[in-house]
Amino acid sequence: MAWFSKKKPVRSAPRATADAPAASRMHGLWVKCEQCEEIIYRQEVERNWNVCPHCQHHLPWPARSRLEALLDPGSFEEFDRGLEPQDPLGFTDSKKYKDRLKSTRKALGENDAFVAGVGRLEGHTVSLGCFLFEFMGGSMGSVVGEKITRVFERAHDLRCPAIVFSASGGARMQEGIFSLMQMAKTSAAIARFREVQKPYVSVLLNPTTGGVAASFAWLGDVMLAEPKALIGFAGPRVIEQTIRQKLPEGFQRSEFLLEHGMIDAIVPRRELRTKLGQVVGLFS
Amino acid sequence: MANGMSYALEFERPLLDLEQKISELKGLSTSSGSDFTAEIARLEKKAKKLQGEIFSDLSRWQVVQLSRHNARPYFLDYVGLLFTDFLELCGDRHFGEDPSIVGGFARFDGQSVLVMGHQKGRNTKENMARNFGMPRPEGYRKARRLMELAERFGLPILTFVDTPGAYPGLGAEERGQAEAIAVNLEVMSRLRVPVISTVVGEGGSGGALAIGVGNRVLMLENSIYSVISPEGCASILYRDATKSDKAADALKLTAKDLLGMKVIDEVIPEPPGGAHRDPVKTAEALGRALRKHLFALRSLSGDDLVEDRYRKFRALGVFTDS
Repeated sequence: MAWFSKKKPVRSAPRATADAPAASRMHGLWVKCEQCEEIIYRQEVERNWNVCPHCQHHLPWPARSRLEALLDPGSFEEFDRGLEPQDPLGFTDSKKYKDRLKSTRKALGENDAFVAGVGRLEGHTVSLGCFLFEFMGGSMGSVVGEKITRVFERAHDLRCPAIVFSASGGARMQEGIFSLMQMAKTSAAIARFREVQKPYVSVLLNPTTGGVAASFAWLGDVMLAEPKALIGFAGPRVIEQTIRQKLPEGFQRSEFLLEHGMIDAIVPRRELRTKLGQVVGLFS
Repeated sequence: MANGMSYALEFERPLLDLEQKISELKGLSTSSGSDFTAEIARLEKKAKKLQGEIFSDLSRWQVVQLSRHNARPYFLDYVGLLFTDFLELCGDRHFGEDPSIVGGFARFDGQSVLVMGHQKGRNTKENMARNFGMPRPEGYRKARRLMELAERFGLPILTFVDTPGAYPGLGAEERGQAEAIAVNLEVMSRLRVPVISTVVGEGGSGGALAIGVGNRVLMLENSIYSVISPEGCASILYRDATKSDKAADALKLTAKDLLGMKVIDEVIPEPPGGAHRDPVKTAEALGRALRKHLFALRSLSGDDLVEDRYRKFRALGVFTDS
């Protein structure tokens, strides 16, 4: 065994292909804030919903913890956990997609990059779901697309509001054209859901880009974002390569989007439950 | 279309050289009066055989190259060959006019339809104006405006996809590229008129799909449709953009692949050697396919059309449910 193992560098704009890396920062008793670099006791961070108590930086927050914290206690009922990804293209890069899925699923104990279900938010029944960014960069393949579609179909049938928390690098290229078509499928499901006159609240987390940003995530009746989240169509590197210049500081961050009229509000994580409850209440 | 400015692909070269020779011989026969008929016939037979050899078994990467061939017919070429009375309409009414998507009303077999497509340029100057067929948000918003206009008048919509992708630029991001595409996906899904989308060249990801949500999705034989370009895929997954041929194979992005996976409805055959070798014949085949599918959709009501389109895209995806 090597004395030093090579660590994957932490990326600020992770790619859709990243293999379950972000969570590793949250292991152990202590956590280092990626913003202020303060070493913090892990429990203290978790109690604070993974917001750095020193600089208020929003660290990644696992999907299941998020749903548990935001919903009324014990009210979350998960749906579609049994959906499992396939390998329709027989895709191979440095590794077979099949093997990549297998090891990621084993490491995380999750079938794919999305958790969906029904719960109560400040007393209101909502159909909702959240991306697991640590699962292949939250990339959207057939399973993710299907689960999101069902979030809206369930909201349609229950005549209740829909909430989706997005954190994704975009479409999952290992599932090729099927991933692309999830954009059309989820957007069509939203069109249908609009008939029941219930709100769809889209909450954009860090990061939300590519095919996820350019479909259901940007179709919210109300568009919220966590502070300083990277949100856009193309990733910053692609844009820099295209225009051959450095992007200005803060480009594609939540604050930039609010200023450009692209979202309704930036909501600090600790205020998210109240804000979501307010939105859902006002439209009910 | 196939003018002197066009380039030849490497695998086309042997055929083009041979054809060059044949035309020289033909010229020589008329000018010198000598009889090369037998030789010409022999070479023409050889050329035909060679063409068969080259094009009967193209690699996916070769298909990618054909789909981007700069002599390949573009949207406006098909407008000229298949439609009459074309009235181009411009602008998104918010910010600007984006010439990388062209749209307007025209007659197809006498009937008014909306025709709309990505438009690439054939040379540097044209490509600067057309932004290499890569739309900005204004292009998608114009597309939306025209589609809703067509719907209001009950006119069928024919879209033609040919783009490397939506433009990844600073201004495009500032003005909501992702929002513009997302809105089109939703709007197209509930249009109450027939929509037929045909990929005629490059179907580059979300920028292609944003005008591609049709009741029927067709592809020309040598066109491609993919979630990411082979170059982009190679540079991310293999850390090497020169492995694009490998990425093209992995992505399974040809018309034949997509028909096999039941993602599209029909592959429209191209003339031997590809669409650019005979744009008129290509347009004829395209016209026949459009006519057939328009005819099949004509009896559906607005509700039926929305339902038909919903079911089509709802069914796409491969997973197991245990």
